Amino acid sequence: MEAAAGGQRALLRQVLGWRVAAAVTWSVLLLPLCTAAFVVLSGLDPFHPLRWISNSFNDLYTSYVIFCIFLMSVVIIIISIFNVEFYAVVPSIACSRLALIGKIIHPQQLIHSFVHAVMGMLVAWCATVMTKGRFQFLAVPCTPSESLEDAVPQMCLNEHHLFFILSGAFLGYSYSLFFLINNMNYLPFPIIQQYKYLRFRRSLPLLIKHSCVESLYFVRNFCVTYYFFGYIPKVWLCTTMGLHTDSKLHPLDTLSGLLDLSLFYHTWLSGVFLLMTWYIAWLLFKIYATESHHFPIQPTFAQETDQCLPKILNSNPPLLIKFLALQDLMLLSQYSPVRRQEVFSLSQPGGHPHNWTAISRECLSLLSDLTQRLIAQQEAAAANGRAKPPVGELKVPPQTPGAVGIEDVSFQSQRSNIVLRPSMSPLVKPSLMPVKASPGSDIGSPFSSPALSYKMGVVDIKSPWHGTVQSPHVMRRGPKLWTSVSDQQMNGSHHESSPMPSAARTGSEAVQPRFIFYTWLQNKQEQIKNFLLKRALIMYFFSKHPEASIQAVFCDAQMHIWALEGLSHLVAASFTEDQFGVVQTTLPAILNTLLTLQEVVDRHFKLPHVSSKPPRISGSLVDTSYKTLRFALRASLKTALYRITTVFGEHLNAVQVSTEHKKRLQQFLDYKE
Amino acid sequence: MCSLGLFPPPPPPGDVTLYELNNALVCGRLSEQLPLPFQSQVPELPVLSLPKEPLKAHGRLEPSARPPFIHHRESLWKRCLSAWRDAGLCGLLRELAGAEEEGLRWLRTGSSHALAVCRWLSSLHGSLFPHLSLTSEDMIAAFSQAVDWAGCTIRAFAWHPHTNKFAVALLDDSIRVYNSSRSPCSPRECQSLLRRRLSRLLLQPPQVSPGWDFWPARALSGPGTPRPSHTSATVPSLKHRLQRNVAAMAWKPLCASILAVACQSCVLVWHLDPTSLSTRPSSGCAQVLSYPGHGPVTSLAWAPSGERLLSASPVDTAMLVWDVSTETCVQLQWFGGGGVTYVAWSPDGSKVLAATPSAVFRVWEAQMWTCERWPTIRGRCQTGCWSPDGSRLLFTVLGESVIYSLSFSEYRGEMQGQVGGSKTASIVADLSETTFETLYGEERIGGEVHSMVWDPTGERLAVIIRGHPESVGSQPAVAVFRTRNSPVFELLPCGFVRGERGARPQLISFHPCFPQGALLTVCWSSGRISHIPFFFVSALEPRGSPRRSPAPVLGSVREQPLFSEL
Repeated sequence: MEAAAGGQRALLRQVLGWRVAAAVTWSVLLLPLCTAAFVVLSGLDPFHPLRWISNSFNDLYTSYVIFCIFLMSVVIIIISIFNVEFYAVVPSIACSRLALIGKIIHPQQLIHSFVHAVMGMLVAWCATVMTKGRFQFLAVPCTPSESLEDAVPQMCLNEHHLFFILSGAFLGYSYSLFFLINNMNYLPFPIIQQYKYLRFRRSLPLLIKHSCVESLYFVRNFCVTYYFFGYIPKVWLCTTMGLHTDSKLHPLDTLSGLLDLSLFYHTWLSGVFLLMTWYIAWLLFKIYATESHHFPIQPTFAQETDQCLPKILNSNPPLLIKFLALQDLMLLSQYSPVRRQEVFSLSQPGGHPHNWTAISRECLSLLSDLTQRLIAQQEAAAANGRAKPPVGELKVPPQTPGAVGIEDVSFQSQRSNIVLRPSMSPLVKPSLMPVKASPGSDIGSPFSSPALSYKMGVVDIKSPWHGTVQSPHVMRRGPKLWTSVSDQQMNGSHHESSPMPSAARTGSEAVQPRFIFYTWLQNKQEQIKNFLLKRALIMYFFSKHPEASIQAVFCDAQMHIWALEGLSHLVAASFTEDQFGVVQTTLPAILNTLLTLQEVVDRHFKLPHVSSKPPRISGSLVDTSYKTLRFALRASLKTALYRITTVFGEHLNAVQVSTEHKKRLQQFLDYKE
Repeated sequence: MCSLGLFPPPPPPGDVTLYELNNALVCGRLSEQLPLPFQSQVPELPVLSLPKEPLKAHGRLEPSARPPFIHHRESLWKRCLSAWRDAGLCGLLRELAGAEEEGLRWLRTGSSHALAVCRWLSSLHGSLFPHLSLTSEDMIAAFSQAVDWAGCTIRAFAWHPHTNKFAVALLDDSIRVYNSSRSPCSPRECQSLLRRRLSRLLLQPPQVSPGWDFWPARALSGPGTPRPSHTSATVPSLKHRLQRNVAAMAWKPLCASILAVACQSCVLVWHLDPTSLSTRPSSGCAQVLSYPGHGPVTSLAWAPSGERLLSASPVDTAMLVWDVSTETCVQLQWFGGGGVTYVAWSPDGSKVLAATPSAVFRVWEAQMWTCERWPTIRGRCQTGCWSPDGSRLLFTVLGESVIYSLSFSEYRGEMQGQVGGSKTASIVADLSETTFETLYGEERIGGEVHSMVWDPTGERLAVIIRGHPESVGSQPAVAVFRTRNSPVFELLPCGFVRGERGARPQLISFHPCFPQGALLTVCWSSGRISHIPFFFVSALEPRGSPRRSPAPVLGSVREQPLFSEL
């Protein structure tokens, strides 16, 4: 286990390492360009254009500009390190305001904000040095007063410099805050593949526009803040450094002081400079990290086994690696006949379709995982509208399979089969669940490789979503909805694996008293929660935004979209390319999974609060594509089903699926869906 | 090289081309029937006639709402604000220059000078790209695939890629979707169609009723009372506030009923429920895909895998690749050419042709989206079509009456970012004007090609030849070629397709899945839509699927190794 995790970390380092290095290198290389633009623009003098240009070009070669570039390169590297540490392929969506506040004051985020504020100060200091003029030094000699009583020139505080530095810190903090709120650490994968240079060029105008506008807002906010609180740092600096305030100059924390156009321009410009260099680093990291990676299907050498696609899909790698692997699967299934051939090939001694089995198993488990999650969510949504059942009903008969849900992990594989059935029965017809018709006519006909005995109903127990299925609602209603039909089916499905159910049953009996206590506790919790929810302020913080919680359910749907596309393209290609018929054996399972998911997704879009159209996305730099993933999932699910039915056509009638699904398939064959 | 001189003479006037059998086009009266063995094999397709009179082009005739209201002058800054919102900077300057308020002399002179500069700049821009000075309607008329887009009833036509369903865009900016109940594509259903035949009928729409019911010929001519046909009786009529000046339509592949419509300011994507009986789907069924500066949209193309939609506008230098489900788009920016007028996705999904208003077109490779640039000598690329396996592109150029062919190296999937075009395009057909001596007098056919379609089996190529407008007696015609793509490309004459007397071809399109050969649909200027079957046995033998699925099948046929490796 340890070794595997280590290997995966090594793989992540291997894949991501050079990407990060390249991204950082490019952002550092682009820094002098930005600096040059900044120097030229900061010395803007429209009335003497020639002098302006010659001056600014002379400035570029001075030692302090070069020193600033070095300093800012360090800043860029630190910013990039934070980008790398904080990236996520699955966005974390705050469902309520309290969760958002919790995220903001999370220590990790506090460190992020603090470091960014410090970096902002550094960049602002560099900007003051490069701007020269009245911004350059913190302490300047006071303007000599008329009364020449003491000859010693006094040092006064240069408030412009202070304003500049503080604005840098403010911008850095705001950047960090917006980074969090807008989920800018989320890595969206592009909808089409393009070369990195073209992607960068395409985003560059947006980036410039975005940083100009953003900087304007930040500087405005900073001016307001400084107007109210500016005296605090000023007085503090004056006292600690023994500086005087210059009575001749306007103090900046007044209206007239802030209405200085040149000050505003320079602050804004340095803000644009800061945001642009940071956004460029962020954009380059995004572009490099989401570039497709070519995983081999079959290892050429023995030590590469860990890096080939089926192995990676089946292990539990870091999420980025998993995403890249699925993206590669989608690309190869669509564009590369040679690599598809490798997927369909048989292993050399033994003749097992290991590659296909591994790939299809992982895709199917991903999809059925999503199905379970959606069912649980729909269940919760349906329960919200209903009255709570009285406590008396909680007297569960001892053989209730629902009770098995809370005990330990020993019966996992079997338990999932049992537990989930009652939880979905109210919403999903029993036939929806992949039912194995009879032990004899199993999915796998001629090939009896181990993976073919894979059951689709089995969910990934380790997934965090499993917990939600066991919510008290579900378990409470379990016995009521336990119809004879599903009971039979359960028995049927247990037929093959006989020793397990009895073991599970004994376990459930043992755990019975604990279960009742647990539900009582849950009930109390609910009551307290309900009581608190009635208070308005708490309500404001606790109330879940329906849209956000739906987004949270579908936040990693990109994986499922790729799994769908990859699987359907492979199945469609197998019609002509699969020489050994390896795909045929899994076709019923694939169709079952897809049709079940289709039904559940359809039902999801009929829930209240679920909009059927994606919200308008303005073309801005901040990517909000995670908000619309569910629509993409719905569309690609339908397309995937049509892709399979269009290629196989009438042959699908020979595939063994339940009558319900057969009806559904016929609709797809008739293009009536 | 094939030339029009090799063609059989056009059919006598008054006769109508009915079908192709034994490599010859058969003409005759409208009432003639198909030969018996074929009657059963052709699905019942609605033959429509949509005359111009009942459709009022409200777009232009509609009186403005201005007269009933009392004229009221707003304050200057309000007017400026609204002008800025409506017409941008130029509108603002115009408003300022025309201001009559006192004490604004300097503002007025300043803005009139600025306006002059603006005009000069735009004229400079317009002299580089003359099409930019056209109004959007003229622009669509110039670049549309319809011969007479502005004047004819039918402005766009699109077959559904999998079923017997087509959409027709009409002059009054509405779209109708006609449906035949049975699909000819599946062999089993063909059996059930044995007792059917091609119904042929002139349909006069009742002037009073808003719906357009059509009845099969049999129902009218046969005994008994007229009854609704077997084709689906509901004809959804799509109208939307933004659905103006429809230039093109495209059905989404691998989908039941999603129709993308290129409009003046946006792309509308209609989600029609195939089982619904509603004749007026609400505008809530339409998704609006708009992007600033991307309009009028003149061409649309879906990826054959059904995942992405391409839209092109002559005023936007970027093509947009849409992910329709999430309404996000990616710009494919390429400045040369000044816009994109026509896009065509190759049937195997590997390449995209993008024509520009200048004498250059591009071929994009659809995996990494890089492009090859092809300058032409005479004029802009007017139209183009792909062979079914995506290895050959036929295109025509304005100002030349020839068809060029461009072959591409085979698509193997591993060559990322290479288009793989050959070095030069070759001329495969000469369509210069030819005089045919017939019994009924001289006929002159030939000239520039306006639109060109290749059938899905790659065996027939239909071409609308526009003729020379200045020479008398030269008229647009539809020429059909027999083609073969492998082992060597061949283009052989087949014949001319003739409509009713006086009818000029407007749009042509092949049925995407006709099992007995090919089915050409021609929209005539009289508002008639006729279907002409070509009966032949396709040489494209390993026809992978019962319903054709070009992308994976064709890629794989070539992938098969010649010798087994042991």
